[in-house]
Amino acid sequence: MHSDIVISQSDGRPMYQQIMEQIKQRVAVGEWARGAEIPSIRQLAVALQVSVITVKRAYLELEREGVILTQHGKGSIVAPDPGLGQRLYDEELDAHIEQVARLGALLGLGPDQLASRVQEATDQFIAARLAVQGADAARTTKEQE
Amino acid sequence: MNDVESHNDLAVHFEGVGKRYHHFALEKINLELPTGSIMGFIGPNGAGKSTTIRILMGLLHQDAGAVRVLGRNMPDEQAAAKMDIGFVSEDMRLYGAAPLRWHMEFVRSIYPRWDQPYAEELLRRFDLKPEQKIKGLSHGQRVKAALLLALARRPRLLVLDEPTTGLDPVARHEVLAELMAVLADEQRTILFSSHNTLDVEQISDQITFIDRGRIIDSDDKEIFLDRWRRLRLQLPPDGAVPKLPGVIEVGGSGRLPVLTTNRFEPAMVYACNELGATVQAVDTMTLEEIFVANVQRKRTQEEREEVTV
Repeated sequence: MHSDIVISQSDGRPMYQQIMEQIKQRVAVGEWARGAEIPSIRQLAVALQVSVITVKRAYLELEREGVILTQHGKGSIVAPDPGLGQRLYDEELDAHIEQVARLGALLGLGPDQLASRVQEATDQFIAARLAVQGADAARTTKEQE
Repeated sequence: MNDVESHNDLAVHFEGVGKRYHHFALEKINLELPTGSIMGFIGPNGAGKSTTIRILMGLLHQDAGAVRVLGRNMPDEQAAAKMDIGFVSEDMRLYGAAPLRWHMEFVRSIYPRWDQPYAEELLRRFDLKPEQKIKGLSHGQRVKAALLLALARRPRLLVLDEPTTGLDPVARHEVLAELMAVLADEQRTILFSSHNTLDVEQISDQITFIDRGRIIDSDDKEIFLDRWRRLRLQLPPDGAVPKLPGVIEVGGSGRLPVLTTNRFEPAMVYACNELGATVQAVDTMTLEEIFVANVQRKRTQEEREEVTV
């Protein structure tokens, strides 16, 4: 039923975080529609074969983040406006920036040096994307000829 | 919620339970297992897991303390309590010469709540042949047969002594899946002992660690996994290891110490930075690592106490 959520024992993250992330993805792509009912804590625990308390933890955190709403005695639904698309990417970006700061400190790089490295990477990314677009455009022109 | 009600919500309640033997003593055992949850009971061999479970079942009488199981006093009301308890242990004896079907009929004749369709379903899911004699079964098949006999009674409390020990990965998976299926009914409760922390970590709500006849820690699983962390630090030259709450072990080397804490909070990382130490990594710990660190901490403490006494 909900076996499409996969819990990995070798993933370093706690199980409740894995559940949260996969629920967020389902909400973000619309597989779990806004306002729709979602499985009860116990149902999902039984389906995933993880403890009730782990799923409860995931639901509590998702509620705190405004992704789902739990109505007392009625079960849980996806929030009418979870605003997830943007926020998921924001969170991911924050996590990577934190890594940049950590590694920078380890290598003894100052904020300016880090900023110029980020600038370099951004320039390279844009250049690469332009090159791909250019190649695409050239191919299209050629095909039209 | 008043006191009486909250006690009724406990499927198992031990208060200050003790049992003395010549070379081993179970001391001041306190246990609370709420209805509808699973407790994993973890301890090394010889820690007192089976003794505790035998007292819970009324098979052994405690010297001190009170034991209530499903609202009944043990061992005095064990006959009534046992109608609602399913018990599976490693040394459970089935009749080798009789087939599994014979055992199913026998158990069915004693317990009126025996669920025959569910029993047939379990035969299929556990891949067991009811005509086969018990003595011809492998270890894994025997465990699954014993579990089938307990589950099909639909007991309110399942007590399993090392249910997954010696099972191959497929059989283990089948057993854990059936245990979780039981929990779909929130009126049913499971207590199982194990030294396989991976099984316990996956399906338990509550974890209790026992060592040398004493409970050394007992809490919600999520709390254990949240509060135990290993911090890898880098100190400035001549810097001291920062004093943090709940540190139970300091390892690593001089300027690169590794601290194990059981009271982790994210704010600790900032506190370290304030004190001049760089936090290089905050590692989560598996239940197995938590268990081992916990046992070692308690043993060191005891030895220290013995020295001061």
